[in-house]
Amino acid sequence: MHPGSRMPESSTTPGSTSETPSDTPSTAPGTAAARTVLGEADIARALTRIAHEIVERNKGAADLVLLGIPTRGVQLAERLAERLAQIEPAFSGEFGTLDVTMYRDDLRRQPTRAVGQTVLPGSLDGTIDDKVVVLVDDVLFSGRTIRAALDALNDLGRPRVVQLAALVDRGHRELPIRADYVGKNLPTSRSERVRVRLADVDGGADAVVISGAPTDSAATDFAGENAAPENAAPENDADERSAR
Amino acid sequence: MKHLLTTQGLSKDDAILLLDTSAQMAATQSRENKKLPTLRGRTVVNLFYEDSTRTRISFETAAKRLSADVINFSAKGSSVSKGESLKDTALTLHAMGADAVVVRHWASGAAHQLAHAGWLDAAVLNAGDGMHQHPTQALLDAFTIRRHLVGRVGDDGRGADASVGADLAGLRIAIVGDVLHSRVARSNVYLLHTLGAEVTLVAPPTLVPVGVETWPCRVSYHLDETLEQWQPDAVMMLRVQRERMSGGSGAFFPSPMEYSRKFGFDARRLAVLPDHAIVMHPGPMNRGLEISAAAADHPRSVIVEQVANGVAVRMAALYLLLSGDIASTNSSTSSTSTSTSSSTDERTAL
Repeated sequence: MHPGSRMPESSTTPGSTSETPSDTPSTAPGTAAARTVLGEADIARALTRIAHEIVERNKGAADLVLLGIPTRGVQLAERLAERLAQIEPAFSGEFGTLDVTMYRDDLRRQPTRAVGQTVLPGSLDGTIDDKVVVLVDDVLFSGRTIRAALDALNDLGRPRVVQLAALVDRGHRELPIRADYVGKNLPTSRSERVRVRLADVDGGADAVVISGAPTDSAATDFAGENAAPENAAPENDADERSAR
Repeated sequence: MKHLLTTQGLSKDDAILLLDTSAQMAATQSRENKKLPTLRGRTVVNLFYEDSTRTRISFETAAKRLSADVINFSAKGSSVSKGESLKDTALTLHAMGADAVVVRHWASGAAHQLAHAGWLDAAVLNAGDGMHQHPTQALLDAFTIRRHLVGRVGDDGRGADASVGADLAGLRIAIVGDVLHSRVARSNVYLLHTLGAEVTLVAPPTLVPVGVETWPCRVSYHLDETLEQWQPDAVMMLRVQRERMSGGSGAFFPSPMEYSRKFGFDARRLAVLPDHAIVMHPGPMNRGLEISAAAADHPRSVIVEQVANGVAVRMAALYLLLSGDIASTNSSTSSTSTSTSSSTDERTAL
């Protein structure tokens, strides 16, 4: 049983009525303009390429630790681990999860978030000292989640190197953070929503979906979605909230 | 959740959220660096009108592990001994900008009064009010039971807590001893029932409160019979609260020795239980009265673990009450966009 699959709500917001993973994009109101940017095969190819890049950049997979950021980063880390194990037989195929909730800078601006699990790969003996840590997330947006992840990592130990892999980089960074491995660069406007759907979390086929600016109260349907601009700039945040 | 005052009426979802969050907090407590930055800049006041060792230290540790500032206030050596009322003390704490108040009071309902009288705007956590409720104790008991009897850490081979998300459905828990004076028993009966467990209270008739028939539990006057025939999965011993027994311990039962013989837990009674059963006690223990040293120190006793879990549970409670959108608890949308720094001003203005 791996940890991500029993807590898909970790990035959603308890107390709010949104049950994000249940609805399909086509049935959600206000998403008529939703378009799929990456399909199942695209995502698979991107992950395979990232796996090769990780091995190339680090000259093998020695000391490599994959840590997925809940929710969907965990599934992506799992898939990357499978691919790495194929490319580099020496790699154990293990991956971990890194929950960043308690390190976020917006805890007081959002409804209370449930805390997710942090689980290091068993072979590490509880320390990431001197390892090469690759953080895995689905969408890189403001960079604030990654900032929180770096703080969380700091409390776990002192890795030799920390790298970042993201399936989608949609720009609009608010912090000086960049990804080392990117599946796809997606130029977006701030008001658009980028959502990654993975078969093992959301059901259905894997896809990366962009939907247009929320024009009505349908915005509620996406509250708490991992890919939603929950870390958006303050003025944006306020607008979103009044729409709810 | 704005306050944590009672387990009666706590929804099952909230209870499981508290336990799951506790599990994550517990996981951080085995690290070298146990401190989390989560509540940096928040102030937690421990307001204790009654003596307490483990609850106060547990709350203080929990708040500090989350980087909150802690102010300890005990009635002894404060203005309370000069006659200051709870209200005036509350107004003082309000003026000082407390974000959460952990209150223990000898009067049942004190925490509720503090939370709802409008004296202060902080989150109130009940750390025991008279003979009423002690919710964090019940939560840590439920957490300990879940860890031992539902799923153990590492069962999935990856070090994750396998009991996350689970309730206590079908488990049998006997709560034995001074039920009359016990807020721990009251809190546990409601919480364990909400989580799906079956509870039997075992006590001499003199220590069973009036109105117990409205509680969601069974009552037995015979410990041996309950242990043998009902085969509980966990036995929770309660402290005989001599300080609440006017006229000394003689008022409710003939002698301590007789109480010990009929309702004390010892190695012989432990042997009657199923192999997986655990022995619990909220502390402080009267060794030799309600529990023998042999039972208290037995490998199946989880009493020390209860204390450790108390920190994680209280961290979870503080996190869930203190993080989150201040607007959603104050029901004013205008304050949403204010930052952390200005919220203290806002609080005093309210």
